[in-house]
Amino acid sequence: MIAELGHFILVLALVVALAQAFVPLAFLRHETGNATALSFATRASYLQVLLIGASFAALTYAFVRSDFSLMVVFANSHAAKPMIYKIAGVWGNHEGSMLLWTLILAAYGAAFALTSKRLPARFSSFVMVTQGLLGSAFLSFLLFTSNPFARLLPAPFAGQGLTPILQDPALAAHPPLLYAGYVGFSMSFAFAIAALATAGEPHEGRDNNWARWMRPWILTAWIFLTLGIALGSYWAYYELGWGGFWFWDPVENASLMPWLAGTALLHSALVAETRDTLKRWTLLLAIVTFALSLSGTFLVRSGVLTSVHAFANDPERGVYILAILVGFTAGALALYAYRLPKLAPDGAFQPVSREGLLLANNIFLATATVTVFVGTIYPLVLDGLGMGKISVGAPYFNAVFAPLAVPFAILLPLGPLLTWRQGHLAPLRVYVAMGAAAALLLTVSLVLLRGPHSIMVLALFAASFWLVLGAGLDLYRKLFPHRAKLWRFWSLPSTAFSAPLAHGGLGVLMLGILAATQWREEVVVAASPGQEIDIASITLRYDGLREIEGPNYRAEQARLSYLTGAHAGSYLFPERRFYEAERSQTTEAAITTDLTGHLYAVVGETANDKRVLRIWYHPYVAFIWLGALLMAAGGGFGLRTRLRRGA
Amino acid sequence: MIAKFTPKQTRLAAIAGGLAFLAVAAGLALTALEDNIVFFRSPSEIAANPAIPGEAMRVGGLVREGSVVRDGLRAKFEVTDLAHNISVSYEGMLPDLFREGQGVVAEGRFNAEGLFVADTVLAKHDETYMPPEVAEALEKSGNYNQPHPGKAGTQ
Repeated sequence: MIAELGHFILVLALVVALAQAFVPLAFLRHETGNATALSFATRASYLQVLLIGASFAALTYAFVRSDFSLMVVFANSHAAKPMIYKIAGVWGNHEGSMLLWTLILAAYGAAFALTSKRLPARFSSFVMVTQGLLGSAFLSFLLFTSNPFARLLPAPFAGQGLTPILQDPALAAHPPLLYAGYVGFSMSFAFAIAALATAGEPHEGRDNNWARWMRPWILTAWIFLTLGIALGSYWAYYELGWGGFWFWDPVENASLMPWLAGTALLHSALVAETRDTLKRWTLLLAIVTFALSLSGTFLVRSGVLTSVHAFANDPERGVYILAILVGFTAGALALYAYRLPKLAPDGAFQPVSREGLLLANNIFLATATVTVFVGTIYPLVLDGLGMGKISVGAPYFNAVFAPLAVPFAILLPLGPLLTWRQGHLAPLRVYVAMGAAAALLLTVSLVLLRGPHSIMVLALFAASFWLVLGAGLDLYRKLFPHRAKLWRFWSLPSTAFSAPLAHGGLGVLMLGILAATQWREEVVVAASPGQEIDIASITLRYDGLREIEGPNYRAEQARLSYLTGAHAGSYLFPERRFYEAERSQTTEAAITTDLTGHLYAVVGETANDKRVLRIWYHPYVAFIWLGALLMAAGGGFGLRTRLRRGA
Repeated sequence: MIAKFTPKQTRLAAIAGGLAFLAVAAGLALTALEDNIVFFRSPSEIAANPAIPGEAMRVGGLVREGSVVRDGLRAKFEVTDLAHNISVSYEGMLPDLFREGQGVVAEGRFNAEGLFVADTVLAKHDETYMPPEVAEALEKSGNYNQPHPGKAGTQ
């Protein structure tokens, strides 16, 4: 009954979304209808989030109660599953995750309705109309191809369970974060549409206000996407038992592309706002970023790619999402081409200035996006043309990203140091010389300590050090005027922290990637109890195996003792788990997490009465996620600045 | 006449510079792509058209029943599309779901003796899962049974 109610409410939500998309448009045709359009769209936005929220609650209820008469619950849940994973199971499948997607879309819409009181009515109405169109598209996608409330009669006694590797706290949080990022870019998309629709109608004498209004939403989406990707990478690192943190898997790339484009958008919107230039590029980027978010969903949800993420290989769904993707992108681009001439011409531009460097940033990020796109799409195209099945792996992406990252990281710290309009390099000479010298010194000492590396790796190390140092310098310059009251942390301006944290975070992340890939150690042995294993100047002893019983699995647990080093006397307990309900087996790595490096142990199968053990040492690998957290924190400070200004 | 650029000239220069940069990057990317793509071949394709030893590729199919021989860390097994077989040798830890009858993809190269020496063996984490290449290879050799028919939302 609750499920039928959930289904019915979802149909109502579709009706409301359609009304939100089309009714205000009728009023917007006349200048006098703006206020009516706005008040209608606002109410529809609120109603939509309530309806979809109720529908989502109904599905959650079915999962919590293990109502196996629902197809999705049967296929993705099991009564003997911890409560948190019953709830996470709601979005651990195609239908539920698409419902979550529309819920987040509606939540963004309502948040906009709530906070946009000071924007012009006409502009806000167009934003909500776009949100309504998106809502209609995704709700009809749900209802017509992926109904989460489909019944299965007669109801089975037990569910098939949730794939064990998805039963993990990090993975329970990964989809909501990632979606909040993807869907967040629907806001900048809607702003771009509204900006184009109202082009030639300047507000307070300016026609680049949309860039200022758009910024907090880009930041919000960007923060969520950064955290979502980082969490996904961390999960893959400890759960898959391969010891890697990024596999250049097409599904990972699908989330990286909107991130790269979104990062570019974040910076170009800043230029559009402050310097009234790069407006056209920013609008295009806003459209492209959301198109990439949608194609991420398409790639992951259509079954074009088979991976942990591909829940269902149903071509009908793929075609539908593709239609949504093409429809919205083509529609937006057509509007772009048609309305662009209405936009006032861009302001003047000097190459040596902050905006000049932000343009360089955009060129690099756009190039990076294109290279990821090529590497991800090329195999699909080739396969589609029947020209063979190929895979493009890490070597391609490393070969392309490394040479791009060096000049990008060298130019980056100069941006915040230069002023807008006409920047001068001369006063910065001392800083730049000091920073460059320090970065080189660090790199040279690294060679002395760790031995020779390839030129590319050294260049990357130097560039990363330079990034971190540059961020420190930027922070110092921004905090210097406030040096008397540094202890009153919360009274310090947020702007002083945003860019340095985000840029420094990137440096920290790059250092983590370099150290973890360059200095990694790995040992694979077939060990009998009592055998000692040496890795990274630490001696471990394999003590043997025992059987243990978990809440919904059985496991073989190995014990490794630290004989030497800082952890001497403590143990590692890697496991091999067997999940009864899902009839599937997983590897549970045991990891000692120090800031300077992770010791990572996995237990394998038997080989001649011995146990296969695989042990890695990942130096400084934690820097990768620490860097990502710093970047997100930088974004958070940026957002705080905006909210305080009351943007 | 080395006077300041007009905004229009600056913009044109920026656009031209950006495009030139993109072209160079695209060239680099395509070269890298050329060097780093790995083709997938099924056992039947290799039987029909033997591979050059040392060339990197992916092969896939089912692990033939009764073919797995382990010797310490080294494992030998045959990959089959039920029409032809390939002998594969791998040293290291096999993935969780590696077992006889299961779909796998192995990445590596043939040695001079016609043995496929794998660097990586992939078997995905779900027993109903079938790598798409493997499914297609089986389909081509006429031995494919859809492991999980219907629209149920499982993998």
